[in-house]
Amino acid sequence: MSLELIWYVLYVIIISGYAILDGFDLGVGMLSPFIAHTDTERRIMLNAIGPVWDGNEVWLVLGGGALFAAFPLVYASLFSGFYLAMMLVLLVLIGRTVAIEFRSKRESRRWRAGWDLVFSGSSFGITVLLGVALGNVIRGVALDQSGTMDVGLLDLLNPFSLAVAVTAVAMFMLHGSIFLSQKVEGDLLDRVTMLVPRLMIGFFVLMTGLIGWTLLRTETFADNYRDRPWIAVFPVLALAAALTAWRQIRRTRYFTAFLASATMIAALLCAVAAGLYPVMIPSATDPAFSLTVHNASAADSTLTVMLVFAVIGMPFVLLYTAGVYYFFRGRVRLDEESY
Amino acid sequence: MSTELLDRIQFGLTVSFHFIFPPLSLGVGLVLIIFGVKSVRTGDPRWRQLSTFWVKIYGLIFSMGIATGIVQEFEFGTNWSAYSRFVGNIFGSLLAAEGIFAFMLEGGFLGLMLFGGTRLGNRLWLFATTMVVLGATFSATWIVMANSWMQTPQGFEIKDVGQGSQAFMTSFHDVVFTPSFVPRILHLLAASWMVGTSMVLSVGAYYLLRRRHVELARTMIRVALPLFTVLAIAQVALFGANQAVEVSKQQPAKLAAMEGVYTTRTCAPMYILGWTDQSTQRTTGIAVPCLLSFLTDQNFDAPVTGLEATPQSDWPQVNLVFQMYHLMINLGMLFIAIGLAGCALWVWRQKLWTNRWMLRVLVASVFLTELATLSGWWTAEFGRQPWIVWNVLRTAGAQSPNVGTGQLIFSISMFVVLYIVVLYTFLRLLDRQIKQGPPPPSDEDEIASLPDSFGEIFRRRSRVSSGVD
Ligand code: HDD
Ligand code: HEM
Ligand code: HEM
Repeated sequence: MSLELIWYVLYVIIISGYAILDGFDLGVGMLSPFIAHTDTERRIMLNAIGPVWDGNEVWLVLGGGALFAAFPLVYASLFSGFYLAMMLVLLVLIGRTVAIEFRSKRESRRWRAGWDLVFSGSSFGITVLLGVALGNVIRGVALDQSGTMDVGLLDLLNPFSLAVAVTAVAMFMLHGSIFLSQKVEGDLLDRVTMLVPRLMIGFFVLMTGLIGWTLLRTETFADNYRDRPWIAVFPVLALAAALTAWRQIRRTRYFTAFLASATMIAALLCAVAAGLYPVMIPSATDPAFSLTVHNASAADSTLTVMLVFAVIGMPFVLLYTAGVYYFFRGRVRLDEESY
Repeated sequence: MSTELLDRIQFGLTVSFHFIFPPLSLGVGLVLIIFGVKSVRTGDPRWRQLSTFWVKIYGLIFSMGIATGIVQEFEFGTNWSAYSRFVGNIFGSLLAAEGIFAFMLEGGFLGLMLFGGTRLGNRLWLFATTMVVLGATFSATWIVMANSWMQTPQGFEIKDVGQGSQAFMTSFHDVVFTPSFVPRILHLLAASWMVGTSMVLSVGAYYLLRRRHVELARTMIRVALPLFTVLAIAQVALFGANQAVEVSKQQPAKLAAMEGVYTTRTCAPMYILGWTDQSTQRTTGIAVPCLLSFLTDQNFDAPVTGLEATPQSDWPQVNLVFQMYHLMINLGMLFIAIGLAGCALWVWRQKLWTNRWMLRVLVASVFLTELATLSGWWTAEFGRQPWIVWNVLRTAGAQSPNVGTGQLIFSISMFVVLYIVVLYTFLRLLDRQIKQGPPPPSDEDEIASLPDSFGEIFRRRSRVSSGVD
C-alpha cells in the first residue's frame, strides 16, 4: 500500500469517527425540540451528550488538520471554494458550543427557550451543511486547472446535494435516538422508543433512493463499482448493519443496535470513498482537473512523519475515549454540575 | 479595499479574539492543579470548595476557547488557500499533530474534569484536571511551533511539482526546533500563567473589597500572588530579554521596527515612551541611552542593524510595531511593581487584605495581563509583515484568489456581530458566576466516599454510596 492510500484510508476513518461520534450529538440536538417537553427533559437530553460532545467535535478539528497535512491541495481548494458555506459551518459550530454552555446558566424561561432554539437550530445547520458539502463533492464541482473553484452558495444547493443533506438529517436523528434510548428513562424513553422504528423506515427509504440516484447520475461512481466489484462489500455491510440495528431495536437491545448503527454510518462513508477513489474532488469542468489522491497529496516525508504521529497518538485517543464513555455509562442523572 | 487587506483584518480579528481565552485556560488551569494538589495533601475541604468554584469558571472560559479556535483551524484554508497550498506539507502536519496529541487529550478529559467532581475523589479529579491542562499546554506548544516556523522558517526546500511551488520538509527536526521556538514558547507559557494567576487575584481582590468570602479570597491571593510576582520578574529579566536577543539575531528588521532604529548604529537607545515616523525616519521620545545595544549583546557599544539594511518595500508598519512592543514592555514593568507592592503589603502587617487601593489594582490586573499578551502577539505578527513566511512568502498573494470582496465583507460582519454577542453574554455569565461565589463546603464524608483510584472505578468496587452508577 502506498503512503497516499494509507492516508486516504486513515482520512476516511477520521471522517467516519466524526460522523459516528458527533453524529449522535447532532441527532440529540435535532430531536430535542420534538421529544423533550419539560425543562428537566431538555436538560436530560443535553446532559446525555454533556461530558462527551467536545471530545467528539475534536474529530472534526482533527479531520481539518489531517486534510491540511496529508492532502493540502484538497484542503485549500475545498475550504476556499465553499467559502460562504464554510463560514456558515463556523457560525453554527460556534452557536452549538455556546448554546450548550450558556443554556442552563440562568433560570429565566425566555433565556433557556432562546438557547434551546440555537442548540437545535445549529445541530440541524451543521448536519445540513456537511450533507450539502458531501453531496457536492460526490457530484463534482467547477474546479479549474489551478485547482481553484468558484461555487456560489446557491450553486451548492442543488437537488442532489439537498437530498444528501436530508438523508444525513434522518441518519443522525436515527443514530441519536438509538443513543438516547440508553440514556433516558420514563416518559422520555417511551417517546424515544416510539420514534426509533419510524426514523428507521424513513431513513431506509431515503437512503435507497439516494443510492439509486447516485449510481444513475454519477457515471464514475457506477464505473468504479463495475471495475472493482469487491468494493460492493461496503454497501452490503451497510445494509446488513441497518438490518441488524432494526432487529436489535425490536428486541430492545439498544446497545448492540447502537453499535450496528455506528457500523452502518462508517460503511456508508466507506462506500462513498471507495466509489470516488482515487478522485477526492471530481472536477465537473474537465475530469483531468480533478484532485486525486496522487496529485493532491503531501510528499512522502510529511506523510511518514504524520503516520508516526497517528501510530503513537491513536491508541491513546481510543483508550481515553473508551474510558470516558465507560465512566459516564448508564442513564443520565442531573446534579449540580450538570448543564 | 483589496481582498488581501480584508483577509488580514478578518484573520487578525478572529485570532486575537481566540487568544483572549487560551492564556486564561492555561493559567487558571495551573491554579486549579495547585488547589487539587493541596486538597489531596491536606484533605482540608476549603481546597475542594475552591476547585468546585473555579472549575465552573474554567468550563465557561474553555468553551469560549473551543468555539473560537475552530474558526482558526478553518481559516487557513478558507482565507489563505495560496498559503495553505504552499506550506501544507510543513504547517499542516504541525496542526494535525496538535489535533491528535493536544485537543484529543483536552476533549477526552474535559468531561471528567467538569462533570466528575460529584463522582470522583480528590486524586482522580486532580488527574483529569492535570490531563486537560497538559493538553492545553501541548496545544500551545504545537501551535507556537507552527507559528515559529512562519517567523523563522528552516528545514525545507521549495520545489515546483506542477501546481505552483510548494515547500517540502527536508528535516522534521529543523522544522520543529526553529531558532525562535524555544524562547517563544517559554515566554508565552509564562505570559499565560500570569494571565491566569491575575484572574485569580482579580476575583479574590473583588471579594475582599466587598467583604465577602473573606477567608477563601485570602487563600486565592496567597496562592496566586507569589506566583504572579515571580513570573513577572522572570518574564522581564529572563524570558522577555531572551526573546529580544533572539529577534535581533533572526529578524533584525523586526527588532529595528520595535525600537524605531533606521540607521545602523552602536550604542542604540531603548525607548520607554516614544513615537516614530516612518516617512521622516525619525524616532523621538524618552529613552535610556545604549540600553538596546546592551540588551542584544551585553555590550553598550554593540551595533544594532537599522531598517536601512532592508529595502523599504520590506518594512513592516514601524510605528505600529513600536507602540505594541512598548505597550507590552511597560505593562511588564508595571506587573513587577504590582507584584512587589502586593507582597510587601501582605508581609508588612497584613495590610494587603484591607488596602482598598491595592485591591482595586489587583481587580484590574487581569485586563492588563490580557492586554500585554495580546500586544506581544501583535508585535510579533505585525512585525513579520510584509511576509507571511519570513523572507520566503509574501502576505500579498497568499490569500484565496477565488474569495471576493463581497464574501469577505459578509464573513467579517458575521464574525463581528457574532463575537460581540458571544463576548457580551460570556462576560455577563462570568460576572454572575463570580457574584454567586463559591458553594458552601460539601460534607467531608461525602467526598471521602467517592472513588479515588482507577481500580475502584474499573473493578466497580467503588465506595460510591447509592445513586451514582
Ligand atoms: C496559547 C496558545 C494558543 C494559541 C496561540 C492558539 N491556540 Fe487555539 N487553543 C489553545 C491554545 C492556543 C487551547 C488552550 O488549547 C484551547 C483554548 C481553550 C481550549 O479549548 O483549547 C484552544 C482551542 C482551539 C481549538 C478548539 C479545540 C477543541 O475543539 O477542543 C482549535 C481548533 C484551535 N484552538 C486552533 C488554533 C489555531 C489554528 C490557532 C492559530 C492561529 C490557535 N488555535 C491559536
Ligand atoms: C493567538 C495569538 C495570535 C494573535 C493575537 C495573532 C495576531 C495576528 C494579527 C493581528 C494578524 C494580522 C497581521 C497583519 O496582517 O498585519 C495575524 C496574521 C496571521 N497570523 Fe497570527 N496571531 C496569533 C497567533 C497565530 C498563530 C499561532 C499562527 C499560526 C500558527 C498565526 C498565523 C497567522 C497567519 C497565517 C496570518 C495571516 C497572514 C498575515 O497577515 O501575515 N497567528 N495574526
Ligand atoms: C518587559 C519585558 C518583556 C520583554 C523584553 C518582552 C519581549 C518580547 C519580544 C521581543 C517579543 C516579540 C517576539 C517575536 O517577535 O517573535 C515578545 C512577544 C510576546 N510577549 Fe513579551 N516581553 C516582555 C514582557 C511580556 C509580558 C509581561 C507579557 C505578558 C504577560 C508578554 C507577552 C508576550 C506574548 C504573548 C508575545 C507573543 C508571542 C511570542 O512571540 O512569543 N511579554 N515579547
